[in-house]
Amino acid sequence: MTLALKRLSRHFPDIAALDDVSLDIASGEFIALVGPSGSGKTTLLRILAGLDYPDEGSVTLHGEDFLAATARERNVGLVFQHYALFRHLTVRENVAFGLRVRPRRRRPSRDQIRARVDELLKRVQLAELGGRYPSQLSGGQRQRVALARALAVEPDVLLLDEPFGALDAQVRTALRRWLRELHEELELTTVFVTHDQEEALELADRIVVMNKGRIEQVGRPHDVYQDPATPFVCEFIGRTNRIALQRRGTTWGAGGWSLPAGASGGRFQSAVAYIRPEHLSLSVPEDEPAWNARLRHVYLAGSIAHLDIHIAEIDQTLEVDVASEDLARLSLVPGAALRTAPTRLVAFPLDETPAAQPLVSERWVMQR
Amino acid sequence: MTARRSGRPVSATRRIGQVLIVVASCAFLCLFLVVPLASVFVEALRQGAQAFVTSLDQPEAMAAIRLTLLVAAITVPLNVIFGVAAAWAMTRFTFRGKALLGALIDLPLSVSPVVSGLLYVLMFGAQGWFGPWLSAHGIKVIFAVPGLVLATIFITLPFVARELIPLMQAQGSEEEEVARVLGASGLQTFFRVTLPNIRWALLYGVLLCNARAMGEFGAVSVVSGHIRGLTTTMPLEVEMRYNEYNYVGAFAIASLLALLALLTLAVKSALEWRYQAAENHR
Amino acid sequence: MRRRVLPGFGLSLGFTVTYLGLIVLLPLSALAWKASEIGLAGIPRLLSSPRTLAAFKLSFGGALLAASINVVVGLMVTWALVRYRFPGRRILDALIDLPFALPTAVAGIALTAVYAPNGWLGRWLVPLGIQVAYAPLGVLVAMVFVGFPFVVRTLQPVLQSLERDVEDAAESLGASRLQTFVKVVLPTLLPTLLTGFALALARAVGEYGSVIFIAGNIPLRSEIAPLLIVQRLEEFDYATAAALGVVMLAFSLVLLVLLSVLQRWSRRWAEQHV
Repeated sequence: MTLALKRLSRHFPDIAALDDVSLDIASGEFIALVGPSGSGKTTLLRILAGLDYPDEGSVTLHGEDFLAATARERNVGLVFQHYALFRHLTVRENVAFGLRVRPRRRRPSRDQIRARVDELLKRVQLAELGGRYPSQLSGGQRQRVALARALAVEPDVLLLDEPFGALDAQVRTALRRWLRELHEELELTTVFVTHDQEEALELADRIVVMNKGRIEQVGRPHDVYQDPATPFVCEFIGRTNRIALQRRGTTWGAGGWSLPAGASGGRFQSAVAYIRPEHLSLSVPEDEPAWNARLRHVYLAGSIAHLDIHIAEIDQTLEVDVASEDLARLSLVPGAALRTAPTRLVAFPLDETPAAQPLVSERWVMQR
Repeated sequence: MTARRSGRPVSATRRIGQVLIVVASCAFLCLFLVVPLASVFVEALRQGAQAFVTSLDQPEAMAAIRLTLLVAAITVPLNVIFGVAAAWAMTRFTFRGKALLGALIDLPLSVSPVVSGLLYVLMFGAQGWFGPWLSAHGIKVIFAVPGLVLATIFITLPFVARELIPLMQAQGSEEEEVARVLGASGLQTFFRVTLPNIRWALLYGVLLCNARAMGEFGAVSVVSGHIRGLTTTMPLEVEMRYNEYNYVGAFAIASLLALLALLTLAVKSALEWRYQAAENHR
Repeated sequence: MRRRVLPGFGLSLGFTVTYLGLIVLLPLSALAWKASEIGLAGIPRLLSSPRTLAAFKLSFGGALLAASINVVVGLMVTWALVRYRFPGRRILDALIDLPFALPTAVAGIALTAVYAPNGWLGRWLVPLGIQVAYAPLGVLVAMVFVGFPFVVRTLQPVLQSLERDVEDAAESLGASRLQTFVKVVLPTLLPTLLTGFALALARAVGEYGSVIFIAGNIPLRSEIAPLLIVQRLEEFDYATAAALGVVMLAFSLVLLVLLSVLQRWSRRWAEQHV
């Protein structure tokens, strides 16, 4: 059962919210649409929910036109960032809503509805709060009610629009775990929209990175993190350092460091390279090229230490991650002199125009 | 009397200033609002309670009361339906010309009541657009009850809509969208989701609409023809009695209308305090 | 392929437009049609009659003055209601809406009773030479009465949500209370004050019921413009009545447009100067 989105476009008066977007979603998959605001992810979700329609393109489910049905007929579950609970109904009545409004012939009996509501409330761990009103619940509880309400109608697809955006950090983390467990239990096709790339990486089977109405990359979290396909993905997913590379004969370099000879990059003269903080080594052998750096700050974050190091040759401050236990071993104190070199980087040559745009098609990777 | 800021000590001059402002405000309000209000009841009872009751127990007074209630009973429901429809269209959809529509809805508020009545006389009066056609068919609109109803509908048109539109705009359509996705029909969405969310604003709008519909004078005066017992509403009866120097009679009916106004204010305040309390608990 | 998600667009918009068309637009066109018998050319001649001129001057001039008084007094009263606590505050707050809720005829006879020579206040004012009832001053009093709630109710929410921090900051920098008020608070309130002014003005210009009892309706002295229209209608001179109506409407519309421009300007000025 594939939900196939083909070449979807949606234009608003001054902006293209979606621009030629295609995506296949497999049955039972947990897909995260991640990107900054304005990237089109919410528009895409609303189109799937039936709250908006594309200007071009199609969506099919089992090969049938998904968009032909109205929002009412589509049998999807929808959860909004601000819950949109019916404020004058109790928790039970909220959850039961979708079942109560069914046309007579399809409507379950009152006992059946009550049983289903009880079951759902138990599943979302709100069994004792059935009689409360939304205003009497915390944010996390409200969101669980919203989820129970969406699940009550046994949807084919679950759509979540930044559901944890309005919650405290701690609640958010707890609910993330809980949602993932729920998904594994129900195996329901889920489309999850978020601007928080950490959340996407943690929850999804596959993530879809979106920017300005287009898809930058689709892939499993690990693959997208390790092998970002475009500069945008490099900068948006995870943390990264960006440096400029210059052509030197048959190789590339910056400052006192250069790549081993014979590296790729074709005919271009300059490139932009992205290096993750964990891919900068601080124990570079003496006979290999490296930058001379000075340690500026150490930020301790539990088991990892984030270091700010300043490299005079390229006049930049880079971020390096090391294990906290290595701080003493490598005598890493502010002011220390270091030698550092990348162990892995992703590079995009810049074109010849004055704007010097990175060329995604010429991307190459260096791995020691 | 306290200023509503805790903590900071207040200088003497500042204190005097505050007291002065409060006293001046209270004096103004009493002089301007309370005194005229009180005078209505005082004048109505000037010749004693018996005279008061007798002046109300007249056929024309009864007819005026009945007519006023009838006009309100027709006007208010119609304008409620309009208000709900207009608010739904304006706040749940995007389309061109919303500003124009809003201006048209607000128009009756900026038109003099006399001009409002004039509009209908020019439509349905003897020399009006439809005048000849109406008299040919023996239908009376001006100087008859239909004219009163129409003029009152015009005057009170904005009240319900103006209460609902800002509220529904602020509430947003997310709850209705969710209801749709959950499978609710249009009517189900409206009655189960929208209506409960707007019920207090709706009640308030009904109150204002009703108060104005029953109390309208200028527009109704122009279209009514002042036919005692037939086309005279309570405010018109007040005027007629006053012009006949029947002061007790005039103030007697006026006091009924004033009581209605006070009742409206009381319910309005109760609604507001309740709403405030509900908001504070959110 | 665009469909509307929520139902009832056609029904609600269709009903709204039809209703407005029948109740508002159609009668307005009847006004324009009848007034055209006098025509644009005839209107200046109409207005030049001394009686008409006096009536319009009273209606518009009086309304302007009344709205101005309402702004000043309304600001003071709103300030007292919002910033201070005193016994009876809640009741007085609820009573502010009395002119809204009270039928205009009732207000009219009540005001007359109070300010007539033998009335509660009139008996003190007349010996002092202040003639309120049956004089232009009475018209002013009635106009202040009906326009009062507009200023207070528009100002209240704004004053309530005003950030006190700015005032505190000004004072900590050495400004006196008065300076803070004039330089900090007033500019912020200016757009809202103008809105209240416009609403009070629009109401007072067209006011009929509250005014005609207390005015005395003496031609050239205390006759208001709406009364002229009523008189023409009673004489079945529909065309003149319509023409006068158009003039009143036009004036009101021009005033409203002018004031919305002023509001936008004042909002921008407030943003730049505060």
